[in-house]
Amino acid sequence: MAPARSTLAFTDEHALLRDNARRFFEAECAPHQHAWEEAGIAPRGIWKRAGELGFLCPRIGEEYGGLGADFLVSVILAEEQARSGAIAPMFSLHNDVVAPYIARYGTETQKRAFLPPMISGAMIGAVAMTEPSGGSDLKAMRTHARRDGTDYVINGQKTFISNGFCANLVVLAAKTDRDSGAKGISLFLVEPDKHTGFRRGRMLEKLGQKGSDTAELFFDDMRVPESALLGGAEGHGFGQLMDRLVEERLFAAIAAIGTIDRAISLTVQYVKDRRAFGQRVLDFQNTRFKLAEAKTEATILRVFLERCIGEFMAGELDASTTAALKYWATEQQCAIVDDCLQLHGGYGYILDYPIARMWTDSRITKIYGGANEIMKDIIGRTL
Amino acid sequence: MIRSRHYTPAHEAFRTTVRKFMERECAPHRTAWQKAGKMPRELWRKAGEAGLLCTKVSPEFGGGGGDIYHCLIIIEEQTRICLNELTFYLHSDIIAPYIELYGTEDQKQRYLPRMASGEFVAAIAMTEPSAGSDLKAIRTSARADGNGYVLNGQKVFISNGQIANLICVAAKTDGAAGAKGISLFLVETDKADGFVRGKNLRKIGCKAQDSSELFFDDVRVPPENLLGGVEGRGFAQLMNRLPEERLIMAMSAVANMEEALKETIAYVSSREAFGQKLRDFQNTRFKLAECKTKALLGRAFLEHSMDAFLEGSFDVTDGAMIKWWTTQRQNEVADECLQLHGGYGYMMEYDIARRYADSRLGRIAGGTNEIMKDLIGRTL
Repeated sequence: MAPARSTLAFTDEHALLRDNARRFFEAECAPHQHAWEEAGIAPRGIWKRAGELGFLCPRIGEEYGGLGADFLVSVILAEEQARSGAIAPMFSLHNDVVAPYIARYGTETQKRAFLPPMISGAMIGAVAMTEPSGGSDLKAMRTHARRDGTDYVINGQKTFISNGFCANLVVLAAKTDRDSGAKGISLFLVEPDKHTGFRRGRMLEKLGQKGSDTAELFFDDMRVPESALLGGAEGHGFGQLMDRLVEERLFAAIAAIGTIDRAISLTVQYVKDRRAFGQRVLDFQNTRFKLAEAKTEATILRVFLERCIGEFMAGELDASTTAALKYWATEQQCAIVDDCLQLHGGYGYILDYPIARMWTDSRITKIYGGANEIMKDIIGRTL
Repeated sequence: MIRSRHYTPAHEAFRTTVRKFMERECAPHRTAWQKAGKMPRELWRKAGEAGLLCTKVSPEFGGGGGDIYHCLIIIEEQTRICLNELTFYLHSDIIAPYIELYGTEDQKQRYLPRMASGEFVAAIAMTEPSAGSDLKAIRTSARADGNGYVLNGQKVFISNGQIANLICVAAKTDGAAGAKGISLFLVETDKADGFVRGKNLRKIGCKAQDSSELFFDDVRVPPENLLGGVEGRGFAQLMNRLPEERLIMAMSAVANMEEALKETIAYVSSREAFGQKLRDFQNTRFKLAECKTKALLGRAFLEHSMDAFLEGSFDVTDGAMIKWWTTQRQNEVADECLQLHGGYGYMMEYDIARRYADSRLGRIAGGTNEIMKDLIGRTL
């Protein structure tokens, strides 16, 4: 079901896709989420399955094996996955962050080599930007790519890389010119299975989002051919990364709002079933007020999100508005999930209850995609 | 710039008129009015002449034939000169619609043209010392007495109470019937023996707007002044209008957030401390970014809600959501912006101090924000 009173141009086809996506996430993913969390990673099989169903990189054109779907299809997929709670396989990262780098900036050869396997699920993508000493401050990165004949020799280290273990395609940011600051950064398409000198560190143990694998990556004289340079020209990496951030943050907000919807609906159900002091927990005024606040925030956020999506599709969404959306959506996610946990009482602290997992899963959202302090800086600079 | 397919160049032209009016007729007198605790009735006359009253009322009854965006424009423009207490919206968009929607043909003819001209200044009297948001608990009674009704009781916190000469009074025509015992009466104060205005109440903010206690002591009201001519409909009439009233409150809340932000950006851009502009401190930028985010969300929700209203789908829950959220955020924004003004923020000659004091009312008026949450909570 499309959101009530949507201002976006959802069609019957979108509604059908939403049904299919919901079925996939609820029936084929959600039952395994717990096991994936235990394992710290989702299996390749689920990626292949998503590929079969057309849920990987649906926006890529038919000439590369994609569906040529519109942006709303990606929105629906991201939202339905968040709403199902089966968030271990990071499809949106693959679909909406990694694939567009190749589709937008890649050479024709790169597109033909990588897009079809990304669409089928044979290849899983990751992006490696963050380093131990440089997160949001990208220009400070130290990983270096030295030109050597027709190759590049890459040395350095990355950390907090989502899909870091399952990925067999890594979009890697490195400095091709140490003296040029932002203009010295280039992106490389690295295939871990093919290059010696590529090493994965330990699987990082995280506070939440435990079903998604997160890795340190090490590059020790890793030799890649010049054809691995994204787009074939050096020094465009910073611009490419920045260009993609608006969309990445939009998806962070979509996931946040999907999670908020889920938290509220789980909690409304819980407080209707649970009794205390002779009445339903819902019948306490505090419960109703807290949930009324959450419902209002969810409603307003959705209106704002839809406005932003509409502007994005029209090519009008600016960085400052996107930053406001990402900041507010993720702050609200954490606040609402916390209130919802509180309404669950002791059960809210038990990881068997989804709300407890959502609480741990939510914390990262205020940090990733650019910390919310960076968001405020972006907004503050445009005032 | 307002983004709505319902917002037209005609609206923009109206804005020019309103802005001129605010700058010429209001801004120079603001401080004097605040000292006096009220605005002169003459202002309503001028507003009527300029076409600023009853903008939504049908031209057939002397109104402007406009829509809810005309109300928004007036509120935005009065917010711009920091005159939150101007109650044209109350007169035009809250009270006049009672008469236009529920009144008899005779009542429409008698009152609407004279409200549009400013000859009548209207007030609505619901709240009593012992009954605010809990309207069913009102005690003011209207006893049928031969040809007409006799009103007895007391009202409080009545906006325009000192200057109004037409008051829409909620009273019980049947003390035993609960909500169904409430009726609305149009009381012309000049003709109402036994009607007494109490003192002009001193408020935290909105000081140029008069708020009164009103006393009704055997006030005779002719039968043709029972709104709509049928008893017992008052509660439903009042309830039906509340979503729109709350939407109007949200307009003011959003406009105030935006203006507070503008003023504060200007202030921190010129003020220096410790050798740099205030705006160059990270805390300043972050706090303003938070305020800006709230204003952006509020504006997006307001425009969405106004369109929903025009398309007939704006309901009680929507009204409750937008009212509590925008007024709550308005208070937070006013407080942060005042803080960034330092000591000047505490001085009433700075608009931010006025906005801060004015904003506190929003969380109480039009049904407290707790009532709003109760309304939303019922839909879970």
